[in-house]
Amino acid sequence: MEHYLGIFVRAVFVENMALAFFLGMCTFIAISKKISTAFGLGVAVVAVLAITVPVNNLIFNLLLRDGALAWAGFPDVDLSFLGLISYIGVIAAIVQILEMVLDRYVPALYNALGVFLPLITVNCAILGASLMMIDQDQTFGESVVFGLGAGVGWALAITALAGVREKLKYSDVPDGLRGLGITFISVGLISMCFMSFGGIDI
Amino acid sequence: MASQKEVLIDPIFNNNPIALQVLGICSALAVTINMSTTLVMCIAVIFVTTMSNLAVSLVRNRVPTNIRIIVQMTIISSLVIVVDQVLQAVAYDISKSLSVFVGLIITNCIVMGRAEAFAMQNGPWLSALDGFGNAVGYSVILIGVALIREPLGSGTLMGFEIIPTVANGGWYVPNGLLLLAPSAFFIIGLFIWAIRAWKTDQVEAPEYEIAPNAQYKEAI
Repeated sequence: MEHYLGIFVRAVFVENMALAFFLGMCTFIAISKKISTAFGLGVAVVAVLAITVPVNNLIFNLLLRDGALAWAGFPDVDLSFLGLISYIGVIAAIVQILEMVLDRYVPALYNALGVFLPLITVNCAILGASLMMIDQDQTFGESVVFGLGAGVGWALAITALAGVREKLKYSDVPDGLRGLGITFISVGLISMCFMSFGGIDI
Repeated sequence: MASQKEVLIDPIFNNNPIALQVLGICSALAVTINMSTTLVMCIAVIFVTTMSNLAVSLVRNRVPTNIRIIVQMTIISSLVIVVDQVLQAVAYDISKSLSVFVGLIITNCIVMGRAEAFAMQNGPWLSALDGFGNAVGYSVILIGVALIREPLGSGTLMGFEIIPTVANGGWYVPNGLLLLAPSAFFIIGLFIWAIRAWKTDQVEAPEYEIAPNAQYKEAI
């Protein structure tokens, strides 16, 4: 149990997707002008990450890994080079399914997420988390916790940035730095704050 | 119709993918700690963007619009798999240090963004040029950031020592901050400032104007 808690805390704070690995930066910068939309996107990312990372873990371990096809009578087959295309396919499919399920059963949430849901397919944080999970050779249980933690960390970071930016628009920023420039510098400062979690290890 | 030269040159400074369109920032920040990985990343992105724009443009009239995203995704991921396999075969060390970021070229918004915004509407030759120009614009920023981070962060460039550090008997104390994540954000922020100070039409309009201080006049 402690092991899983450790993975969760690492994924949320120490190895934060957005602030330590720069993943999902495009949407991170583009959709962080208002706290409410940023939070909505954050929730969508948590949901998608918590589903796709474990599914990709199963796909890798049961189909693609070297020798994984032994149960089908192909012990020498190594399909791991097909990884990238399978993961992105899985992500696109799951986002699509999630969209349809939400539309049918939870229309309120579906309307709140709106255009963000399809956008998530091209969010690098989603694919990045799957690739890191493969890189670290996690078990299925670990991948569930890691996917959830990575999502929560990303949501936390984008909500924090949106909070800063909502206040920032009242401040008098030099011309060339206004908008994008000052946003980058604020993200840098937030990222520096998150580095103070660096020593935490459970 | 934009001329070929404009399509090629425009994205480098006037409409830079990173500094103005906010595309493809993820990898820009992560791989710039040293110059050699940055160069490999730039070459990979130039290859993938040019080829994917070309391929998407070639099939653009045959693909039904509602499945275009998945078609683009398949084209791009096949190209990235080629790059990944070539890197693992030719430059294994660099491919290890780039780790997940080679795979992440798939979701690099520049590739997707240009395929969707340009290649779907234009002919193959112009699209390939546009892809190349945008990837070069991306590379210019990446190389610029790496040029600041590697020498000041570890005193080397491409692995060769150019500023003798204290640890090697020189005089320069390396600035560890430049090897950490936040410095990349600061440097890109300052780059954007520099570009906008030069090209003032890129400055964003303020959301709020501070009203002149009325009470002061009334007091007089």
